[in-house]
Amino acid sequence: MVTLNHYLVLSAILFSIGTAGVFVRRNLITILLSIEIMLNAVNLTFVAFGRALASADGQIIVFFVMTVAAAEAAVGLAIVISLFRHRESLNPESFASLKW
Amino acid sequence: MGSEAISFYLFGAIAIGASLLVIAQRNPVYSVLLLIASFGALSGLYVLLDAPFVAVIQIIVYAGAIMVLFLFVVMLLNAPHEDTEHDERVHPLLRPGPMRFGAFLALVLAGELWWALGRGGDTGAFPGGAVSSVRVIGRSLFTDYAFPFEVTSVLILVAMVGAVVLAKRDNPRDRRDRGGL
Repeated sequence: MVTLNHYLVLSAILFSIGTAGVFVRRNLITILLSIEIMLNAVNLTFVAFGRALASADGQIIVFFVMTVAAAEAAVGLAIVISLFRHRESLNPESFASLKW
Repeated sequence: MGSEAISFYLFGAIAIGASLLVIAQRNPVYSVLLLIASFGALSGLYVLLDAPFVAVIQIIVYAGAIMVLFLFVVMLLNAPHEDTEHDERVHPLLRPGPMRFGAFLALVLAGELWWALGRGGDTGAFPGGAVSSVRVIGRSLFTDYAFPFEVTSVLILVAMVGAVVLAKRDNPRDRRDRGGL
């Protein structure tokens, strides 16, 4: 029998994978992909709780999260293109001008 | 084990395996394609959760639109590999120093989540009466959530304008000096 806990554990594993990707990888595109993994883990939590509470609200929140993810991907990728034009690199360590 | 449990473990294994490979790949093109596989598995999980609307927009919007945008940018930039000499020699997940610390932090997060979920006790089976009808979701979206829905359209407009402004070329005179992209 698959319970709510199963979905929450799966979502926690996916979220941790996304976090590890943001910390470990040194490629702006892969970091954005890891953020998408985290957003999807949270979406799974919303849908699972919505199912457990027999309510439509979880699915509606997922709709809004997807909209925000689309906007974030568009702006994030535009920033990546603009950064790549300046430095010819996707390594975040190349963009350390604001670091003291 | 019922067919629901088999499907859950199958889709869950695909989602976790594909996500792990996304952060283990050197080539961003493979990362994007594996993430699409992961989203497909998540879409199957949404079907198991009686949420066909979310499953369909997961495929159409996420795998279809957002990931194609990623793929387009990866191919446009044409810089598939992480580009320092060190990165060429060592696998991305096995690098020393701060990155190992980052991986440790992610493991701590996983442990904390595991601990927190373990304290909740058994939640039992899902109750009956799932809301799977698109009609109900749409009615709720246009009545209770009408204002957030309209704000979303403004957000999309702002993101569109922002993306155009950010990715626009600089002054044509500067471009001639640097050779442009």
